[in-house]
Amino acid sequence: MGNALINVPGTVKRGEAFEIKALISHPMETGFRAGTNGTLIPRNIIQRFTCTYNGVEVFNLVLSPAIAANPFIAFFTVATESGKLVLRWTGDDGFSAEETAPITVTS
Amino acid sequence: MSKTLIAVLCVGSTIGVSIALAQRADTRRSGYQDMSKSVQSMQDDDTANPAMLWVRDGAALWTRRVGAADKACADCHGGVESMADVAARYPAFDAGLGRPVDLEQRINLCRRDHQQAEALAGESRDLLALTAYVARQSRGKPIAPSDDPRLRPSIDAGAALFKQRQGQLNLSCAQCHDDNDSRKLGSATIPQGHPTAYPIYRLEWQGLGSLKRRLRNCLVGMRAEPYAYDSPEYVQLELFLMQRARGMPLESPGVRP
Repeated sequence: MGNALINVPGTVKRGEAFEIKALISHPMETGFRAGTNGTLIPRNIIQRFTCTYNGVEVFNLVLSPAIAANPFIAFFTVATESGKLVLRWTGDDGFSAEETAPITVTS
Repeated sequence: MSKTLIAVLCVGSTIGVSIALAQRADTRRSGYQDMSKSVQSMQDDDTANPAMLWVRDGAALWTRRVGAADKACADCHGGVESMADVAARYPAFDAGLGRPVDLEQRINLCRRDHQQAEALAGESRDLLALTAYVARQSRGKPIAPSDDPRLRPSIDAGAALFKQRQGQLNLSCAQCHDDNDSRKLGSATIPQGHPTAYPIYRLEWQGLGSLKRRLRNCLVGMRAEPYAYDSPEYVQLELFLMQRARGMPLESPGVRP
């Protein structure tokens, strides 16, 4: 159900830092805004972003209502062996999105 | 002999000077050049440019069959490469309607006539997505408005509107974007107002929007009554702005603060 753009290098050097960039389509409705009829628009945000590599969590982020729509997340990590990177976003209203990318490590 | 040579040299240098002047005379700046480095790099990187989320939606819509005719855009147009240059030359004259139409209106005409589907609402996600996907094909191409003589009255009307004072602040577009561009309005730099990157992802909007939405923003800022959504004034202004930006490279879909 998610629409995400990710930028992960396909091959990286062993032990060398590389950047992971992820952009996802999401309204990030704060829950503090009133609609045209004066009632509050219910909060609808991504609550958590996690990145696992071969099943091991390497990065996670707790998102707050103050973060803008379509959040862009970028961070660095290192890899010592080839494997599968899994990026997962979960949030209000049962929101869940997942993207995977294989990474080959060269020495 | 020597006089002829001098005359030739003079003519030569005059041409040289006029070329130099012509180059120097082009002081047009895209809003891109006035943005911070970080917003510029956001636009330049397709995996950081949020407008690309709409482009991706547009790619899916391009091949989705809709309407009573059960046709997709791709069934008539083929690959989206056939849309190269389209955004750089629109708005164009529509003979059936007898008036110029912008890219969004053209997409809706296609839906009505060829797909026999409901028109997409103005500023809806699907319409913006298709527009962004089509406009993306013209990225880097110079703006090349059509020379169709039937457009002339609308271009002239747009030029007049651009200079027309309106609203409670009694301002015209030209007073900001021609006379005071590159200066500050509050903390923001006043751009020259070239439509080089539409549809744009505006950080203030946290979403994608068309030139029409931007023009409505300006009108509200001038405390003028925005024209109705389907009124011809927007197309007239767009026609004039495209003439004014002729030759500038298209950046669509862009990012703006």
